[in-house]
Amino acid sequence: MTVNHPRADGFSAFVVTLKRDLLVAFKRRNDLLNPLMFFFIVVSLFPLGISPEREELAEIAIGVLWVCALLASLLSLDNLYRSDYEDGSLELLLLSPHALYFMVLAKILSHWLVSGVPLVLLSPLLGYMLALPAEAYPAMIGSLLLGTPILSLLGSIGVALTVSLGSRGLILAMIILPMSVPVLIAGTLAVGQAMDGNPVGGHLAIMGAMLALAISMAPLASAAALRISVN
Amino acid sequence: MPSDSPPPAAMLSARQLHCERDDRLLFQELDFDLGEGQVLQVKGSNGSGKTTLLRILCGLNDNFTGNIYWFGQAVARHRDEFLASLLYLGHRVGVNMVLSPLENLRWACNLQAPTSDEKIVRALEKLDLRGFEDSPCHNLSAGQKQRVSLARLLVSPARLWVLDEPFTTLDIYGVAALEELLAEHVSAGGSVVVTTHHALSVNTDIQYLNLDDS
Repeated sequence: MTVNHPRADGFSAFVVTLKRDLLVAFKRRNDLLNPLMFFFIVVSLFPLGISPEREELAEIAIGVLWVCALLASLLSLDNLYRSDYEDGSLELLLLSPHALYFMVLAKILSHWLVSGVPLVLLSPLLGYMLALPAEAYPAMIGSLLLGTPILSLLGSIGVALTVSLGSRGLILAMIILPMSVPVLIAGTLAVGQAMDGNPVGGHLAIMGAMLALAISMAPLASAAALRISVN
Repeated sequence: MPSDSPPPAAMLSARQLHCERDDRLLFQELDFDLGEGQVLQVKGSNGSGKTTLLRILCGLNDNFTGNIYWFGQAVARHRDEFLASLLYLGHRVGVNMVLSPLENLRWACNLQAPTSDEKIVRALEKLDLRGFEDSPCHNLSAGQKQRVSLARLLVSPARLWVLDEPFTTLDIYGVAALEELLAEHVSAGGSVVVTTHHALSVNTDIQYLNLDDS
């Protein structure tokens, strides 16, 4: 009979899953460039399509950035569970004696590191292209840094619910986009406040609270959705 | 009225399993007991519900009524202990094509119990995959991919193996290796639930469960 140390084992399952997912992402790095390219191309279309005038661009800049970040995140969410569902690795996850919460959290963390962090890193360049005023940059980066993990967490619920469906396209967007609206609003409000010269601490704190709520609840919801999808 | 208390000696017991799918009755009033060192072979024609039954036993499918017991205790309430002793090989073998066999197994085995790389490499050698430990699995043949998933059998501490058509895509050497694995597992006191069209030859009596009869 083996002695169980639940907390230690849950952590090692987390680490092993995180390492594996990062390794898979690294080997598939070409696939991962796609959402980033999408983000870059779509954002750069706005100065061309609307107006290159700095004042007009600055007004819409943060909204454009945030919506495009949201859409890019949606594009990249497919990687989260689909290939594991198709090759049977998802069943291995569900049959582990450790709490599914940790393994799902590891997968979401890996997804954010690979898809969310590059968006944050690319954002200053795109902010420059959209004539974002200098005082808004810290708030923009801060709001994206807090907001992109929330998008990954919420997105994971949607993907877990739809992973077993054949053609998901629109359904996934319909589930995730409404859930993401509060994040979008909080993020754009924070940067709007910074552009007006007002302190943004309160808005970022609200986003931090959303993130805390998402970290505790989203993996649980995703785990339940995965069990249903595998049925 | 059947008694509600299962025999305590059996490793895996099922009582009154009933399953319907797509308005079709797959099986009903299904009972069996599987003790240590025993093999249960589930037989039935295509579509009779063999895979569904195996998935129900593992807990992957909950569209059923009835009870499953692990050493006399309800699996629904003692899932962690049950899962720590269970190894399931399904139709989709759980091998990621982009990773190498070693990378795949490092993850798959450590999900259940801490496993060293040396153990995994030795298992891969025993299954004739020496030299392939580090090449991406999409370079392997179907039989070799199947053998990668069989390596989990060598390494896992699980006492109950639930295998769904494990002999498919294996050549005669692979078939012989798997039969040897089964024999070793059974003589060490482990148990096996298996569906296969292959004629099993193990060194123990095989219990048969034919789903076409229920």
